[in-house]
Amino acid sequence: MTVLSLGIVRGLAAQIVGTALGIGLVVLVRVLMGLHAWEAEPATVVGAMLGVIAFIVGVGSMDDWFRWARGKVTPLHHGPPEDKPAWTRYFSVDYSHKVIGIQYGVLAITLLLVGGSLAGVFRVELAEAGRQFLDPAIFNTMIGMHGWGMIISILLGIAAFSNYLVPLLIGASDMAFPRLNAWAFWINVPTALVFIASMFVGGWDTGWTAYPPLSARAPLGMQLYFVSVFFFGISSIVGALNLIATILMLRAPGMSLFRMPIFVWAVLATSIIALTATQLIALSFIMVMMQRLLGMGFFDPAQGGNPILFQHLFWFYSHPAVYIFVLPGLGIISEILPVFSRKPLFGYKWVALSSMAIALAGFLVWAHHMFTSGMASFLRVPFMFSTLLVAVPTGVKFFSWIATIWRGKLTFPTPMLFVMGALSVFLIGGLSGPPNGIVTTDLFLHDTYWIVGHFHATMFGGFVFPFFAALYYWFPKFTGRMYNERMGKIHFWLMTPAFWVQSLGQMRVGLLGMRRRIVDYDPALGIEGGQLAVTIAGLVIGLSVLIMLANLIYSARRGRVAERNPWKSRSPEWQIPSPVPEISYPDGLQVIGEPYDYGLPDSRYVNLQVAAAAE
Amino acid sequence: MSSESLTSYKVQVRANRLGLWLFFVSESFMFGGLLASRFYLWGNTRPELDQVLGLIVTSILLLSSFFMNRAESAIAYDDRKTFLRSLLITAALGTLFLVGVVGFEWQGHLKPWDGVYGAVLFGMTGLHALHVLSGVIIILLVWNRGRQGGYSAERHWGVEACAIYWHFVDVIWVVFYPALYLIGLPVS
Repeated sequence: MTVLSLGIVRGLAAQIVGTALGIGLVVLVRVLMGLHAWEAEPATVVGAMLGVIAFIVGVGSMDDWFRWARGKVTPLHHGPPEDKPAWTRYFSVDYSHKVIGIQYGVLAITLLLVGGSLAGVFRVELAEAGRQFLDPAIFNTMIGMHGWGMIISILLGIAAFSNYLVPLLIGASDMAFPRLNAWAFWINVPTALVFIASMFVGGWDTGWTAYPPLSARAPLGMQLYFVSVFFFGISSIVGALNLIATILMLRAPGMSLFRMPIFVWAVLATSIIALTATQLIALSFIMVMMQRLLGMGFFDPAQGGNPILFQHLFWFYSHPAVYIFVLPGLGIISEILPVFSRKPLFGYKWVALSSMAIALAGFLVWAHHMFTSGMASFLRVPFMFSTLLVAVPTGVKFFSWIATIWRGKLTFPTPMLFVMGALSVFLIGGLSGPPNGIVTTDLFLHDTYWIVGHFHATMFGGFVFPFFAALYYWFPKFTGRMYNERMGKIHFWLMTPAFWVQSLGQMRVGLLGMRRRIVDYDPALGIEGGQLAVTIAGLVIGLSVLIMLANLIYSARRGRVAERNPWKSRSPEWQIPSPVPEISYPDGLQVIGEPYDYGLPDSRYVNLQVAAAAE
Repeated sequence: MSSESLTSYKVQVRANRLGLWLFFVSESFMFGGLLASRFYLWGNTRPELDQVLGLIVTSILLLSSFFMNRAESAIAYDDRKTFLRSLLITAALGTLFLVGVVGFEWQGHLKPWDGVYGAVLFGMTGLHALHVLSGVIIILLVWNRGRQGGYSAERHWGVEACAIYWHFVDVIWVVFYPALYLIGLPVS
């Protein structure tokens, strides 16, 4: 086995070649057009784009499609490669949804660590008033990289869980389009490199929201940021398409829509948003790129353009995006609570439809990010009303969770602890929402650290805590081994109080005058104590995450061998061996009852002996 | 794909069809965003464009959809000659459309950097032209495969997909053409 036999190595080599070819192409075209040969912006943009495309081809994710174009037949290969060690399948194109899920998960955690480390650095700068060590331009780049880095790690983490779990939960052997699945994963690897490269070609000072006019004149790194978001977005759209098709077409016999595990409803609603809204951030960024490259003045007032148009287009995606971030996590909470309460999920149909209602309502609120922008003022009150309405389906979920726990036989292993943590944190985040949604108070809160506190709490409560809960919960199913319970509890008890301190600290300094996206602040505000607390809390959170990673990495190899169903769940994936074999359900799967009838004697959800029973 | 049974082929085709329509739903949002931008930036005005040229390219594109449909119907009835010929006519008409837009409309007095009229015009026609170009390439790939006997009356998903994609691109133009050429008061 040579290094070049790994797909990722071939892909990286191709990316280098493709980038060089792209740069060369621009130079050639400019010379032929009689212009001076070297112009950094078009060369960098075309180079970066061709590099990503070259990687996708070089890694081999399009091989089967090229064969189809030539009329060849390509049966779907199952299992590890015959002539290479099994671990190589994670570094090459593999069509199994379980492998792809793990690939997404590893990339997600990698970007989480990168984005988190950036925050660690700039929070140290902010802990004290006065400039300590960070250059303002570098600070501005770092907060933007932190913002988008965390966003993309959330999207990839959602892809990890959706890919691994959805086929298992609906009794399908794989996703509807396995080759498309692998293609959608591999886009993210070269794109992550382009994203990180943006820091090193001059950075960008707009924050992740990239508003023009500033983004139209930001340094070169701005373009690489735009290119990376474009390709990350393609992966998100294609992954969502695959999930919708899988959920609608590949459910096991007897699994009507209202007999699906609740997480699948959450993924369906999430995917509808991702499929549609993502196009708008791509469009808005391409329009700024065209303004920079070709002088197309969409957002340039001097040419009759309007910067507020950018904000409308951008937030038309980026608001629904936050529901992409939280709906899967809220689905995981609904999935896990019944297991550790030994009680049915309260109001299953209402919870399922609340995910769809949040997805729909989420499209109608975007301009609440623009109350202070100078947009037409008659828009403010309608968007205030729609914003406050989104709390209703969210409340449905909250009340369902409380009713599910009520008088349940509760146990608190680490997954359940993180679900409890998610509830408390999401509550803080959610309660800090209405002041933002109401126009009069938002005029004072906009662009302050109160907002930072609000969205960190909702993101941690809606994604990070549930993501960790899910990692611990499904760990025995993925690996066949148990994580270390004591270390899990240490992770929880370090992270959760630290997170409350961070959230409340951010909200407090915001109310006292701390603005967003600035490298320094006036000591006379009296917020240094709060800033220091937020910094220390953030570092403790980071430490706790490292503890979790050490736990999971060690336990994957040396953990106690887990029984097949340690949580005594009724869900289909817990009725098959751990780790999940290559063919999940060799004898098929048939749904014969309701998913969450815990405590109901003689009730069953699934039957796994379909093929055997048919004999 | 051709080595499996007809029933499992039909199941796969149903999944593929759903996937393709989901792709159209997604793409509609990108075109929709551009359309919204046109109304935001131009309001009730539009640039002075060559109306005769606009009518010509629109007719060419609509005619091409007729031949695309003819090609798909032909292969459904195993009429390979008509199938292949109609595909080539569709590709030729699509190319003519591109010549009309890129070679003539884009050579007019308005340039991409001429204010919001240039920006939106080139943005909308440019994105659409990219889709026409990719459609023509797909048609030629399908034609090549068809030439080699790759499609039959029972198994021609590639043709169906190509045809639906082509009609989608046509429908986008049916919306973009009035938005660019017909709606609003012309300003020079």
